[in-house]
Amino acid sequence: MTKTDLKNERGDHRILCDFVVPGARVLDIGCGTGKLLELLIETRGVDGRGFDTSQQGVNEAVSRGLSVVQGDADNDLAAYPDDAFDYAILSHTLQATMDPKQVLEQLLRIGKKVVVSFPNFGHWRNRLQLLCNGKMPVTDYLPYQWYDTPNIHFCTIRDFVALSEEVNAKVIKAEALDAKGRRIGFNAPWWVWNLIGDQAVFLLERK
Amino acid sequence: MTETASAKPEKTPNILPSTQASVAAEQMQMPASKLMRFGPENPLRLDEGTELAPWQIAYETYGELNEDKTNAILVCHALTGDQYVASENPVTGKPGWWSMMVGPGRPVDTDKYFIICANVLGGCLGTTGPASTNPETGETYGLDLPVVTIGDMVRSQAKLVEALGIETLFAVVGGSMGGMQVLQWAAAYPEKVFAAVPIASGPRHSSQNIAFHEVGRQAVMADPDWCHGQYAKEGKRPTKGLSVARMAAHITYMSDASLHNKFGRNLQDRSRITFGFDADFQIESYLRHQGMTFVDRFDANSYLYVTRAMDYFDLATAHGGKLANAFLHSETRFCVMSFTTDWLFPTSESKDVVRALNAAAANVSFVEIESSRGHDAFLLDEPELFKTMRGFLTGAAKARGIPAPGNGETHSPA
Repeated sequence: MTKTDLKNERGDHRILCDFVVPGARVLDIGCGTGKLLELLIETRGVDGRGFDTSQQGVNEAVSRGLSVVQGDADNDLAAYPDDAFDYAILSHTLQATMDPKQVLEQLLRIGKKVVVSFPNFGHWRNRLQLLCNGKMPVTDYLPYQWYDTPNIHFCTIRDFVALSEEVNAKVIKAEALDAKGRRIGFNAPWWVWNLIGDQAVFLLERK
Repeated sequence: MTETASAKPEKTPNILPSTQASVAAEQMQMPASKLMRFGPENPLRLDEGTELAPWQIAYETYGELNEDKTNAILVCHALTGDQYVASENPVTGKPGWWSMMVGPGRPVDTDKYFIICANVLGGCLGTTGPASTNPETGETYGLDLPVVTIGDMVRSQAKLVEALGIETLFAVVGGSMGGMQVLQWAAAYPEKVFAAVPIASGPRHSSQNIAFHEVGRQAVMADPDWCHGQYAKEGKRPTKGLSVARMAAHITYMSDASLHNKFGRNLQDRSRITFGFDADFQIESYLRHQGMTFVDRFDANSYLYVTRAMDYFDLATAHGGKLANAFLHSETRFCVMSFTTDWLFPTSESKDVVRALNAAAANVSFVEIESSRGHDAFLLDEPELFKTMRGFLTGAAKARGIPAPGNGETHSPA
């Protein structure tokens, strides 16, 4: 297999990879067809497992030799033992779960560390669309109409920080990304990131 | 289990049915395939508590074992299958029962892997079964053969694998009862199984499944020609009972939709119903044909033994009531597969296995394949099944450090 050029990968995937220590045991929840898993295996040599609701995505991933099971984050995470993985990863999936809080609690239980990336609903363009048009925002990152979106539980960066508090998680690292998936390379208070970050990636652990 | 189902009687085998039965009888004692004999010094311990000796296991192999002996795949057959997974069955003259899956360039690629497939213990194509000769009496065992279990079948296979000088199997694969054997292998010999592929199977035989088997067994035993299992001595064969058993079982291998699509309410060679009990409907004719051809290749007592083995299978109970215990600390890579319309081993059964494997933190893949063909789908031309098997084995081969066939591309079966 050829080495993958990290620069060409999705922005949050690049940062997710940076957050993961080489050789770790990783569970990617909502892995789709396994793109991130493959990237983690190639660039970080992880022992990677995946999990997704889509039968088609799972079949595709397994036929490419990845260890992936069909299931959904809301119901099937309970089967995993405590500390089963070094990292439990939830990439752009939290907002599509029925019960994000319970899912995050499960992740903190089965992963020694937890990596979460999500689109930031608090981005200024979303706020502006709602303010000016009075309509639910539709952007590159959030391309769905309100009635056909799988994203049923949107949050902002500040919401996520508050949820982390509530489930007793410590934020080890966090990054905000711009519209092109590039790191916003300066430290700023949450409210600034909450305005200009299109998406965010958090590394958490139990307190 | 069954061959590819078709509405019309399949092409006439080159051997006449009556001759077929006598060929089958010959094959029970002296199979055309390879044969491993174990003498009195090498008895087979049985779950029942006794030991079987001497005993023999008939098997077939395909491909070449590599120098390190790391490329061996054991294929476990289903209820009424046999060792001829990828070569002509000497009784029926038909091609191997899984030749779409196993062969040169196929997902289980005989150009790369060394394939072993053995007739199960209790079977009737050369491995010790109720039709074998009881060394103590010089007569056919009949019901004097101890009842065997899936565990016993796997223990006999492990002895064969050991005798072939293979320490670790690269993979153990199988569907239905074959899938049960795969799970048993992974639970009993985790260090000997690098990868495991249980297809259309489950961790236990359900109450409903036991019920169907009981109907089959009662049909056999109700046939006066069964003679309390001593039909061989009486020179008789309980073909009526076994045929009915097969007809009932065959229904469970198909889905409502596949029966409807294939036969509907179509009439057989007639334009109207006859107000009688002849086979008016195509489905009746089809089932009768399935029953009739089955009795020429299968031993009635053997049918009792293998169905019983499935009934007794319950992996969780055998591990303190918790299925995950069966797989604790397992380093085997699993790929579990089920089919959407399989109601004999529904997806929920496979999911139980997957949940247990997750709870044991094992390495597992799970795929549910969309198919309208019910349980039998695992034996049929299902491209997604082949694609998954090829991809999974290729990934596992890479992890095992043995050459893998290609890159997960689908090769359409002939």
